[in-house]
Amino acid sequence: MKKNLFILILLSPFLLFSQNNTGEIHGNFESNLQSYRDDPTIGATAAEEVILHNAYLNILYTKGNFTGGLRFESYLNALMDYDPKYKGNGIPYRFATYYSDGLEVTVGNYYEQFGSGIIFRTYEDKGLGVDNAMDGVRLKYSPISGLYLKSFIGQSRTYFEYSEGIVRGVDAEFNVNEALKIEGKTSYILGGSFVSRFQKDNNPKFNLPENVGSMATRLNIMHGGFSYYGEYAHKINDPIGSFSFDENNYATGRAIVNNLTYSQKGLGVTFESHFVDHMEFRSERAKEKEFIINYIPTLSKQHTYTLLALYPCATQPEGEFGFNTNIFYKIPKNTLLGGKYGTNLNLNFARTNSIEGGTSYLDDSSSHTSRPLKSIFIKNETLYFSDFNLEINKKINKKVKLNLVVAKQKYNKDILEGKTIGEYGIVSSTIAIADISYKIKKGHTIRLELQEMISIDDATAENHADGDWHMILAEYTISPNWFFAIQDMYNYGNYNEEKQLHYVNTSVGFLKGANRFAIGYGKKRAGIFCVGGVCKEVPSSNGFSLNISSSF
Amino acid sequence: MKNKIILSICMSVLFISFSFSQDKTLPSVKVKDLKNKMINIQSVENDGNPIVISFWATWCKPCKKELNTIAEVYEDWQDDTGVKLIAISIDDSRSASKVKPYVNASGWEYDIYIDSNRELSRAMGVSTVPHTFLLDGNGIIVWEHKGYIDGDEDELLEQIEHISK
Repeated sequence: MKKNLFILILLSPFLLFSQNNTGEIHGNFESNLQSYRDDPTIGATAAEEVILHNAYLNILYTKGNFTGGLRFESYLNALMDYDPKYKGNGIPYRFATYYSDGLEVTVGNYYEQFGSGIIFRTYEDKGLGVDNAMDGVRLKYSPISGLYLKSFIGQSRTYFEYSEGIVRGVDAEFNVNEALKIEGKTSYILGGSFVSRFQKDNNPKFNLPENVGSMATRLNIMHGGFSYYGEYAHKINDPIGSFSFDENNYATGRAIVNNLTYSQKGLGVTFESHFVDHMEFRSERAKEKEFIINYIPTLSKQHTYTLLALYPCATQPEGEFGFNTNIFYKIPKNTLLGGKYGTNLNLNFARTNSIEGGTSYLDDSSSHTSRPLKSIFIKNETLYFSDFNLEINKKINKKVKLNLVVAKQKYNKDILEGKTIGEYGIVSSTIAIADISYKIKKGHTIRLELQEMISIDDATAENHADGDWHMILAEYTISPNWFFAIQDMYNYGNYNEEKQLHYVNTSVGFLKGANRFAIGYGKKRAGIFCVGGVCKEVPSSNGFSLNISSSF
Repeated sequence: MKNKIILSICMSVLFISFSFSQDKTLPSVKVKDLKNKMINIQSVENDGNPIVISFWATWCKPCKKELNTIAEVYEDWQDDTGVKLIAISIDDSRSASKVKPYVNASGWEYDIYIDSNRELSRAMGVSTVPHTFLLDGNGIIVWEHKGYIDGDEDELLEQIEHISK
């Protein structure tokens, strides 16, 4: 009896602490396995290891105002679309954060963004293989309601290493209405940020600035259904490479962002534009793109249908003017065009081109000026990308849903893929897509995607692009647990008859609660895969894949 | 005695792990509303009724399909169960400005927040969208689901009805 009492006393703190007092532990896990075999027809190569495998496990512990976490990452060895510098196992991400009376302190790794990210953004995107987490210290403080201050110091991650450059930054955001307790139709938010990088000058030939600063101011005004967001950024001289043996680049960079949106029930309109000149900012000078620590969003619609995203736009941070405009409209229910459920329309037009006067990256002489306003009207500028598309989404009846897209795209393959000028020129494509889903019975749905691309090459270019494509996808889903899909991409219009190939892929997935399993088998074409403004090249492959994702 | 100590240690460990693996609640993370005002996600409430939290993005087709499908029956769901749906967009600065126009044009009546650098997603273990959570009246996450296929809204409704009784 005495002994039992002893056990009870020993256990009592845990009994008291149980429930929320002991805190919570959560996490999520992801595993991507792929086998690779030789397929000379599509240019796929086998892996020496036969299978490659990427996996991650995030663990978070929270108790009251404290959070700690870590991520285990495993690349044995990294999938072929990943950089082989991701190699082996490690815990490259760990942090501790606590919050006390408006002050938040983080030590270890953190992701942060100032404003729209134009001078500073660190983030992770496992699909793209991007992870530039900072390692250091970050503080966030809100001394009064409506005023938000942030500061940080750290080094940015690239693969399993950290940059030599030390990056420091401060940001302030002031929500005027919140701070001054003004309830009005119009609201104002002001913001400003400054980021600087220190890296020692070890260059024997050139005198390089060791501290390089970048600053930005921003303004957000909202009035009724209107919202305006503007940001101006300036980066002081940041030599990232020499022009020639005895000449280096000391140019400054700048960017102007203007976004205007309007919306009311049933209607939404957006107009976004930016002018960018020499604005890439890296945590180490003269390093690859993996060292980039800012984010300049791409001005085009982010497509998810395969053929619409075959030739994706990517921001040219060294010099670009672009705009992107959208109209979202819902034709009301019970009208001739709206039908019983209404019809959703999205009209989109986006275009990017080079800047008038040329980029400062190539010319930093004092007489050189790039001109934002003149860049708007294409005269001497080079077109980088344009996309004009209409999407119609309609529920026909209780069983049938329809999504239709038509698009006209122009894609400067030389510029956007870093080829020699004149190699491919501008590829012009017309794309049409029909996506139909039919509900067979409760929980059972069949979906069919038909895609067609007619592509015309640049007559002045030396080489041909891939030409015309068909794509068909059939999917059968059983809610809430199963999906089965088969797709075929067929490059029937390739100029090279040997490359008129089918890329067939099948997949089966099982979803239950917080777990998802998917098995795939088939061929994937080489291409460019983009999310946000960041793209990666994916090699062609032929093999089997297994993806597991889970959370607890 | 020694055995008892070992037993009590084992049981303590068991209790710790039990208390860890128990309730999952919302983390303390700030997101922005459509007026760009920061709010802590822990401050959301629904008078003791269930809350659905759905992570989505303007570029995510299944997410929009899910939220448009629920939008048609949302009023009925609210009347029957008192549920509130909170849609959290993970659109980054490339597409965040399209969130409000898209939501208004589609006529959604949900509470919308933006998690543009994925701080909340990371804290809740959201790696892909859509990812839907169901919270009971005490703010405890009782169910979650990755992905959306046609018909999944029926299972969600069953789960909501199950806890709103």
